[in-house]
Amino acid sequence: MHLFGILLRLAWRNLWRNHRRTIIMLGAIGVGVWAMIFMTALTRGMVDQMITDSIGVLPGHVQMHHPDYRDDPSISNRVSISDAALNEKFDDADFEAWASRVRVPAVITSERESRGVTLLGVDPAAERDISFFDYDEVEGRFLESASDQGIVIGKRLAETLETEIGKRIVLMSQDPENDIADRGFRIVGLYSANTKAIEQAYAYIGKTTAQKMLRVDDATTEVVFLGEDYRNVEPVYEAVTSAVDDTVLVQRWFDIDTYLGTMLGVMDGFVLVWVVVIFLALSFGLVNTLVMAVFERVREIGLMLALGMKPASILGQILIESMFLLALGLAVGNFLAWATIVPLQDGIDISVVAEGMEMWGASSMLYPKLYASDMILASGVVLLLGFLASLSPAWRASRYEPVEAITKV
Amino acid sequence: MSAVRCVNLCKTYRQGDQDIKALDHVSIEIDEGDFVCLSAPSGGGKTTLLNAIGGLDIPDSGEVYVAGGRIDNLSKGELADLRLKQIGFVFQAYNLIPVLTARENVEFVMQVQGVPSAERRDKSNAILKEVGLEGLETRRPGEMSGGQQQRVAVARAIASRPALVLADEPTANLDSKTADELMELFTQLNKHHNTTFVIATHDQRVMTYAGRLIRMLDGRIVDDIDQRAA
Repeated sequence: MHLFGILLRLAWRNLWRNHRRTIIMLGAIGVGVWAMIFMTALTRGMVDQMITDSIGVLPGHVQMHHPDYRDDPSISNRVSISDAALNEKFDDADFEAWASRVRVPAVITSERESRGVTLLGVDPAAERDISFFDYDEVEGRFLESASDQGIVIGKRLAETLETEIGKRIVLMSQDPENDIADRGFRIVGLYSANTKAIEQAYAYIGKTTAQKMLRVDDATTEVVFLGEDYRNVEPVYEAVTSAVDDTVLVQRWFDIDTYLGTMLGVMDGFVLVWVVVIFLALSFGLVNTLVMAVFERVREIGLMLALGMKPASILGQILIESMFLLALGLAVGNFLAWATIVPLQDGIDISVVAEGMEMWGASSMLYPKLYASDMILASGVVLLLGFLASLSPAWRASRYEPVEAITKV
Repeated sequence: MSAVRCVNLCKTYRQGDQDIKALDHVSIEIDEGDFVCLSAPSGGGKTTLLNAIGGLDIPDSGEVYVAGGRIDNLSKGELADLRLKQIGFVFQAYNLIPVLTARENVEFVMQVQGVPSAERRDKSNAILKEVGLEGLETRRPGEMSGGQQQRVAVARAIASRPALVLADEPTANLDSKTADELMELFTQLNKHHNTTFVIATHDQRVMTYAGRLIRMLDGRIVDDIDQRAA
């Protein structure tokens, strides 16, 4: 322990012996660490938004269906539990929100065009916290109750159908007996979404109205539950599964959308690979700095060995010097990352490339996400790999023969 | 008891195609409290002998004893311990650690030995005063003259009171006045602390300070003179 003090002092002072080289290396490490964290924050933000948007667009965190609904999403595969029973089970449960829906495929027809859509029969009050759009931002108005007689469609769908608020359209689907169930609706509102594809996909009518049209009393096809965080859905999942029997199928969002679930896992791996790749580039500079530092100090390393310092202490001194350099570089990099990401957390406008990003479910705004875990990961990787990279020059320094080192010219 | 005893030491270096005999069956015995000069022209083997005595170099054959213990068969770690605890070194140049102050350089060996901070501070202040460097404690080597740097090196060598001090050409880079001052200092330390000094040099003036002068040539001892008797 008594040695540690002198090793720290030697390492710190030697670090600043060639301050220009140290500052350049600190800059390189700082920028490298900044790049690691900044790029990770952008990627995390994009994936986070893709998942949040995708989950926000109807799936929620946990869903309940008839076991066959996923293969055949028709009204025949209704949830076996009545709406009244669902209310009794879940009204007092500790969810952020939950709602039951009638969700079936349908055809919507204007006087000019027809289009396949997903018909959503919803209770606007229950759906408000799950909806991906703000009711107040709907052009016209959103549905006012479960028995509202109007229909709300996306702006893009209205353009495709060449129709507008106030005009009538016809919805057509099938009832449980596979007979045609159709009805005319007047368009009362047009909603906007992050992507044009979503604006084309869904048509909203009142839940009770949908049940009457499809002749299913108070049956629904989908129950959606929202917890606090999409990364931690187990509490919600367990609460729902414990309340129902196996006549219904309860699934988490990543069971339903395996692409998104996989993407979250892949992204964690990508972040690690990205951090390691940047570090590998940095490591050349780090090793070179240490090799030069050792090379310039051969004689005094020889002197210390001659005076009785053990090779292990020389090894420790070079490693401590490397750790000082890395720690300072990490402080610079983490600060730069924090200082550049926090002001951008309100969003970066990427509308120039929005159409391309839409393909992946991303919107025209990118919100970088700075997670402490990513900063810790980047710092941990840099320290660990930096330590390993420093071992070689430190080991070589500790192997010097004092007589040869002290007379080195 | 002998401070140093060397028995039949041999050491050969290879230089190009040639084998150079740096030590050729060298045997000497140095008593505690002796002040010995090893004198030889360049390449005569004095530094090799000094390194062998200090455990910095291992002879090809022969035996080296320091304070009664054999050292030529010790491991690197044991030799490092021996140098740390029993031997003080003064080299010709690059004697000090540039990033440490004069006091820190003097304390270096004691700190590696594990001497408590307060004790180190007291000893280093006292020894720096003794070698005439009071007031220069916080200067770094780059801020001191060559003579002052050598004094710091001497202070470091004797600070932990080693039984043996080995000095390799300690005056080579000093002007004559500073060299004389340094040798006076060595002499005083030898007398006051009974420290054994072995100094390798080819400086005639340095030799006059020694109680015993050992002349070497081509790796062999050619003369061993007790100057006190003279």
